[in-house]
Amino acid sequence: MLAFIVRRLMQAVAVMITVAFIAFMLFQYVGDPVVFLLGQDATPEQIHALRSALGLDRSFVVQFWHFLVHAAQGEFGLSLRQGAKVSRLLAERLPATLELTLVSALLALAFGIPMGVYAALRRGSFSSQLLMTLSLLGVSLPTFLIGILLILVFAVTLGWFPSFGRGEVVQIGWWSTGLLSAKGWHHIALPAITLAIFQLTLIMRLVRAEMLEVLRTDYIKFARARGLSSRVIHFGHALKNTLVPVMTITGLQLGGLIAFAIITETVFQWPGMGLLFIQSVTFADIPVMAAYLCLIALFFVLINLMVDLLYFAVDPRLRVDRAGGH
Amino acid sequence: MQLKYRRLCSLFAVALLCAPALHAKPFKWSSQGDVATWDIHAQNNALQNGIHGTVYESLVSYNSKTFAIEPLLATSWKEINPTQMRFALRQGVRFHDGSALTADDVVFSLQRAMAKTSNFTPYTQGISRVAKVDERTVDVFLTTPNPVLLRQMTELRIMSRAWAEKNKSTEPEDMKSGEEIFAHRNAMGTGPYTLESWQPDVKMVFKRYPGWWGTMDGNVTEIVYLPIKSAPTRMAALLSGEVDMVLDPAPQDLDRLRASPDLKVIDGLEYRTIFLGLDQLRDELPGSNIKGKNPLKDLRVRKALYQAIDAEAITRTIMRGLGKPAATIVAPMVAGHTEAVGKRLPYSVEAAKKLLAEAGYPDGFEVDFACPNNRYINDEAVCQAVTAMWSRVGVKARLRTLPLATYFPMIQRYEASIYMLGWGVPTFDALYSLQSLVRTVGTGGDGNYNLGRYSNQRMDYLVDRIKGETDAPVRSRMLTEALQLSNDTVSHIPLHDQVIPWAMKKNVDLIHRADNKLDMRTVKVN
Repeated sequence: MLAFIVRRLMQAVAVMITVAFIAFMLFQYVGDPVVFLLGQDATPEQIHALRSALGLDRSFVVQFWHFLVHAAQGEFGLSLRQGAKVSRLLAERLPATLELTLVSALLALAFGIPMGVYAALRRGSFSSQLLMTLSLLGVSLPTFLIGILLILVFAVTLGWFPSFGRGEVVQIGWWSTGLLSAKGWHHIALPAITLAIFQLTLIMRLVRAEMLEVLRTDYIKFARARGLSSRVIHFGHALKNTLVPVMTITGLQLGGLIAFAIITETVFQWPGMGLLFIQSVTFADIPVMAAYLCLIALFFVLINLMVDLLYFAVDPRLRVDRAGGH
Repeated sequence: MQLKYRRLCSLFAVALLCAPALHAKPFKWSSQGDVATWDIHAQNNALQNGIHGTVYESLVSYNSKTFAIEPLLATSWKEINPTQMRFALRQGVRFHDGSALTADDVVFSLQRAMAKTSNFTPYTQGISRVAKVDERTVDVFLTTPNPVLLRQMTELRIMSRAWAEKNKSTEPEDMKSGEEIFAHRNAMGTGPYTLESWQPDVKMVFKRYPGWWGTMDGNVTEIVYLPIKSAPTRMAALLSGEVDMVLDPAPQDLDRLRASPDLKVIDGLEYRTIFLGLDQLRDELPGSNIKGKNPLKDLRVRKALYQAIDAEAITRTIMRGLGKPAATIVAPMVAGHTEAVGKRLPYSVEAAKKLLAEAGYPDGFEVDFACPNNRYINDEAVCQAVTAMWSRVGVKARLRTLPLATYFPMIQRYEASIYMLGWGVPTFDALYSLQSLVRTVGTGGDGNYNLGRYSNQRMDYLVDRIKGETDAPVRSRMLTEALQLSNDTVSHIPLHDQVIPWAMKKNVDLIHRADNKLDMRTVKVN
C-alpha cells in the first residue's frame, strides 16, 4: 500500500516536470512583457537592460533549468506583471477557485445523482425524456455562453444576482472565504451554476446508464425474487454499485472543474487562479503561467491518487497486490 | 459619528434612506485591466498613471478641456537660465496623513523617479538634478534646454518623503526583486482622494480627502474601481446598474448602449493616431516576389499604397465612427498639427495604379503585412480592409495578425515589411512622435519606434533642433515643418485618429479626455 503511494508520487513528480517543460516550450512563443513594464516611451537600451535583468535573453534551456532549481525549493519565481512571488499570488487566489469548484461539484452531485436515478427508474416517461434532452444542451453549450446567458437573464434582465465578482470576503488566516455571508453566496450562485451545468449533466447521464446496467444484473433479479421492496432494491442495492464508477468520474472531473474554472472565472471576474492565468497570458507573464499549469497538474495527480485509494477502500476485489492505475 | 451612521446604513442596506442625509455620492467605474502596483514609479502605463493621479498629484497638470499646462502643486515656475527651472510650491497642501507638503518631498519624489529601478525615466529625460532652494522653492536643472519639460512633469507625481522613509519605500519598487515594498499596496499623496483599499483584480476604493487643498466641480465622495476583464460582463454590469461608468465599452455594443434610456455614450478624439509603417532600409523585402530591390523605398510606391486606401470607408464601415481619417502621424490636439498638415492625399485607385506603373510595378508586388489583433480598436478588421483595397491595385499583402505580447517584440526586431502601429502622445507635443517615429534610429529615445528605419537628413536636423529650441514660435514652426516633411515623404501611411467612447449612466456628468484618463475632479453624479 505504502509502496503504491510512493510509486504514484514519483510518477506525479515526473508528470509535473513534463508539464513544466511543455509549458516552457509553449511560452517561448507568447512574447514578452517588457513593453508593458516600460511603456511605449522606452529606449532600446532600457528594453535590453530589462530583458537581461529578467533573464529573458537567456537560452530556453538555461531558463528552464533555473525554473526547475527554484521549483524544487518550492519557489516559482516572480510574476513579471506584479513583481510579487508567484507562490504568494497563487496562494491568494487559491481559495476563490477552490470554493467555486467545490460549490460547483456539490451542486453537480446533489442534482445530478437524483436526476440520473429518476431518469433510470422512470425510463421512457415524458419527464425523463425531457431531462435527457435538456442534458444534451448542458453537455453541448460552451461554458462562456452559459455564463453570459445567465448574466443576461438573472443579472441584467431580472436583477436578482450580481453579474460579477465575489462579493464580501472574510479572511481566516491566509484563507479568504465568501461562504460566510449571504452576499458571498449571492455572488457565487451564477458562476457556480455555470461551472456545474456540464458536470451535472454528465453525472446525470452516467448515473442513469450505470443504474440501468445494474438493474439488469442477476443479483437485482434475485433480490426482486426474494420479495424485497423496490425502494430497498433501488436505493440499497442498485445505487451503491452504481456510484462506484460515478465516484471515479466525479473525482477526475474535479480536476477538470478546477482547470475549466478559467473560463467561468474570466466571464464572472471571479478572482481565482484562472483569472490570474488569463491575465498572465495577455501580459506574457511566463512564471505565473508555468506555475499555474504545474499546480493544475499536481491537482490532477493528487485527485487521481485519492480516487485510486478510495477504490481500494470501496472495492474489495482490488485488494490483490498489484500496481495501481486503471 | 458619521462613520457609525454610515455603517448602520450599510448594515441595514437602506442606502436609499440614508443617501439624502449624507449626500454621499458613490461612483463605481470599470475597465478591463487593473493596476499592477501602487508604486508611482514602478511601471509606466496609461491606465495606471491615470488611476494614480486620483491619489497622487504632480507639480503641473493638463487642463482636462484644453490640455494647456496648468499649476497643480506648483503655483508658478520661471526660467532662471535655459537649463534651470524654478518652481514655487503651493502653500497649505497636506498629504493624506495630515503632514504638510514641503520642498523636501518634491525633491525626494523627483529623484525617486530618476532612480535606477524607476521606469519613469522617459519623463525625467534631460533632468540632471533637482535641488531645494528653500521650503517652498525647488530648482530643476537640465542637461540641455528642454521645451517640453513641463509636459514631462505632468507624469511625475509627488509622494511623502517621511512616509516613504518610515515604510522603507524610498526606492521605486524593483519588479525584479520579488520583495513587495509598502508602496506597492499603500499610497500617500496629496490628491483629492485617499486610497482606502485595494484588492487586485477585485476592487479599489477611494474616499474624498477632506483636507484637500483644491476645489472641484465633481461631487463624488467615494470612488470604487472594479476591473472586469470580460467585455460582455463589463457591459452587463453597466446595464444592470452595478457600475456607473465603463471606460472601454466594446465597439459592437455602442448602438445598444446609445439606444438605452438610462445610459449615454460620450466620445471624443483620442490623442492616438493609427498608421502603417514601411520598411525603408532593407535592399530586398523578405518574402516578396521582387528580388534585388525594395519597392517600399520608392516614394511613388509609398504614395500609391497610401492613395489606394479609402480611409473614409474604413472609418465609416469598420470603425463605425470610432475613428477620423488622419493625414499625419499626430492627432489634431497635438502641438505642431495645423490644418495644412491635416490634409490627406486623395483616395484614388487610378492614381495609385499610375504611380505603381511609373515605379516599374504595373502588376503590383507581394509584400508581408503584420498587424496586432488585440491592441487598437478593430485593428485586425482594419488591416483586412487595407489588404483588400491594396489588392485592387495589384499589391498582394500577406497579412499576419498577432496578439500584442508577441507582436511588439516582433516589430521591434524589424521583422515586418509593413506593420500597423498606433501612437499616443502623452506630452501633447509632436516632438514626442517625431523623435520616436521618424528620427533616424540612434541612442536614447531617437527612433525607438522607427521600425521601418526611415531616415531623412533634414528630418534629423529638425528633430534635433526642436529638442532644444526654447523660442516657442520658432519651435512651433519647425514642428509643423517636420510633420509636413513626414507627410511629403510618406514616412508612414496615416489611417485614422481613434475616437474613444466612454459609456455611463445618464445621471453622470464628466469631461471626456483625449488621453483616456478619467479626471475624478470633473465627475458629477446627479
